[in-house]
Amino acid sequence: MKILVCMKQVPQKDAPLKLNAGGTWIREDVSYEVNEPDAYALEEALRQKEKNGGEVIVITAGPGRAQQVLREALAKGADRAIHLEDDAFVGFDALNMARALAAVIKAEPFDLIFTGLQSDDYGYAQTGVILAELLGIPHATIVMQIESSGDGIRVKRELEAGYFQFVEMPLPAVLTIQSGINKLRYATLLGIKQAKNKPLRKITLAELQSAVPAGAAGNLQKIERLYVPQKTKNTEFIQGTPAEAARTIVEKLRNEVRVI
Amino acid sequence: MLQSCIPQEIFTPEDFTEQQQLIGKTAEEFAVNEIDPNIPKMESKDFSVSRELIRKAADLGLCAVEVPEAYGGLEMDKISASIIAERIAKYAGFATTWGAHSGIGLLPIVYFGNEAQKRKYLPKLISGEVIGAYALSEASSGSDALNCRARAQLSPDGKHYLLNGEKMWITNAGFAGLFTVFAKVGGERFTAFLVERNSPGLSIGPEEHKMGIRGSSTCPLLLNDCKVPAENVLGEIGKGHIIAFNILNIGRFKLGAMCVGGAKEALRNSVQYAKERKAFGTVIAAFGLVREKLARMAASIYTSESMVYRTVGLMDAALFAVDRAGSQTSIEVRKAIEEYAIECSIVKVWASEMLDYVVDESVQIYGGYGFVEEYPAERVYRDARINRIFEGTNEINRLIIAGFLLKRAANGELPLSTAIKKFMDEVLGPLPLQENTSSFAGEIQYIANTKRIGLFVAGVASQKYMQAIQEEQEVMAAIADIVMEIYAMESATLRAQKMSSKLSGAAAANSLDMARLCLAHGMEKIENSARKILSAASEDDALRTNLAILRRLTKVEPFNLIAISRQIAARVLERGQYAPN
Repeated sequence: MKILVCMKQVPQKDAPLKLNAGGTWIREDVSYEVNEPDAYALEEALRQKEKNGGEVIVITAGPGRAQQVLREALAKGADRAIHLEDDAFVGFDALNMARALAAVIKAEPFDLIFTGLQSDDYGYAQTGVILAELLGIPHATIVMQIESSGDGIRVKRELEAGYFQFVEMPLPAVLTIQSGINKLRYATLLGIKQAKNKPLRKITLAELQSAVPAGAAGNLQKIERLYVPQKTKNTEFIQGTPAEAARTIVEKLRNEVRVI
Repeated sequence: MLQSCIPQEIFTPEDFTEQQQLIGKTAEEFAVNEIDPNIPKMESKDFSVSRELIRKAADLGLCAVEVPEAYGGLEMDKISASIIAERIAKYAGFATTWGAHSGIGLLPIVYFGNEAQKRKYLPKLISGEVIGAYALSEASSGSDALNCRARAQLSPDGKHYLLNGEKMWITNAGFAGLFTVFAKVGGERFTAFLVERNSPGLSIGPEEHKMGIRGSSTCPLLLNDCKVPAENVLGEIGKGHIIAFNILNIGRFKLGAMCVGGAKEALRNSVQYAKERKAFGTVIAAFGLVREKLARMAASIYTSESMVYRTVGLMDAALFAVDRAGSQTSIEVRKAIEEYAIECSIVKVWASEMLDYVVDESVQIYGGYGFVEEYPAERVYRDARINRIFEGTNEINRLIIAGFLLKRAANGELPLSTAIKKFMDEVLGPLPLQENTSSFAGEIQYIANTKRIGLFVAGVASQKYMQAIQEEQEVMAAIADIVMEIYAMESATLRAQKMSSKLSGAAAANSLDMARLCLAHGMEKIENSARKILSAASEDDALRTNLAILRRLTKVEPFNLIAISRQIAARVLERGQYAPN
């Protein structure tokens, strides 16, 4: 089984975020980490490899700093890595990103392609799905469990309200992985040491010219404005008898605040 | 002290490689996920948890960093070793256990063991199957370890030694499987032995009730005709002192790194509390006096962090040149490390005193809550105190700093007397201005002047006391204080300079602010120490002239420390923790 894991570097969850001058995204000078669902996707891929054998390859797109994500994945046990290296990838929307990834995948087929369920920064939850469409292969989202089944696989998907769905699907396929489905391993010091010598291939944006000719300008989605929500305080006195007041509160909690 | 240094020459945390960052991440995650949830159990002396954690740490490779690959180790650089020590030190109780095991427990064999001893013990130690410990101190000998009373007698058939005596303050003794024990063969020849826990005649005394690091095991070791095979002599008979002192020298820089890690944690907790606690209708983090504390805590951490990584960077550069294939590798490695013994002592003393300052202010920020066990400040305050005592008391280390320096000058290894003479010749003329037009010209002038003060007082003191200066402990310690502050001020400033070339805006300004706070406080300390030395070593007219010279050297452009502190504090509060940029 040859598995590709698509991983993204995102701003650290507890980093204080500052908006860029245009107010369209955050400034570059924050700390970064691996997108959380992608870390679980990698863990799942490594477990599949341990169970069924094969190879785990990791891919990311982003500036030079994003290479850290790949090194960490290699240290944890991935066999090799591919880095689509360019600052412009930071501004790519899901479609553009999927096009870039698809161009690489068409040149080297995989049995399974994992992405995280969504990214912690943009949060589109679209890249994996669009990628499957571009490659013309099936996909399943919010995957919690993967088992071999005949020539294909059987996956468990998380639905709403505590429901699960089991889907049989052929290979190759794209799966978007849910956070928390396994226990993440540590990168051991030996793994970190060995990662230095594992193959890491770099692909420039120019090499992907035919797939994403306009770069970020080819985006279909655009962030108009990013802003920190204004904190406001509003005190309202509810009049009437206790019974009336209770009724009003319930109504407000249900329809205005929407907590019950 | 004898020449100026440029930013590109020093290693800083901003220079960590991708690999070193990943190592830091693994150690950090281990501390957060594995150590942190188990603190209450370890504090109540459930050492089965500590044992298990050492095994887990070993699985990740955290106990094999400084062991050669030939024995299953990772043979990594000292920078990585320091990064790990810093991260593990979030909780001092376990950090002590781990530090004793992977440092003084295991390194005597790495550096002094023979092939058979290395093959036999190192794999079990780095896997965490056996825990290591180091038994040097006794009830009546600590800093003067060579006065130990423990005795070793070779059996008539020459097959084993019988050890008798008692060792005290042995970290990990409660569960260690292997001890490096020092005893005198025939009552005279100071020697190290590798003693297994199940050796007949070895028993472990009860746990000590300690002020701090209660999450670590500390017991006495009782040797009653303890039978040790003759092949377990470590190093040479009668040469135990080489092991005893070197092992402490070799490990000292890591203690500095641990103090930095502990202080960062204390600051993080303090910031969090200051942002929550309200007084007079506002959070106490809004008050100038609280902000002043936070700023100075951050700047002290920044300074010791700069010193630690500058020092290990120097050590790694020296170790890089060592021929790994040679048969004398471990000896050469040891010598390369010894070259930086002064810096390691400086780091140990400065960082342990920094930590005590930080945890003290942390208690103060917590107020009454800092004095009760329910909040973290109280334990951390108690835990910090031991760092000024173990691995060589700070007093002994001060004597090492000044002693080594003067010894190297006397041997001609350091051109100290030439530098002193040059300074004395030029001192009565106009002071040469530092040729520097960079934005750091003021800071560079500070450092240049403190170096002159160092040479000046060393010159005056050596003239007065000559060789007998080694007996003048107060003078020696004051010289050490000046040397330490110079190293601190320079490390902090060079790092800020280096960062300013990579960063811009508030990020670069923050490190410069912290360096300036360090310069201002450092200059104060240096002036006091210099005054003390000059007043003891000269009198009447000579003293007045000397003090006038000192005044000229301490006359530097002052910084607006209140404004600087407010800026640093704002940054700390914004980040919620220590941040160099």
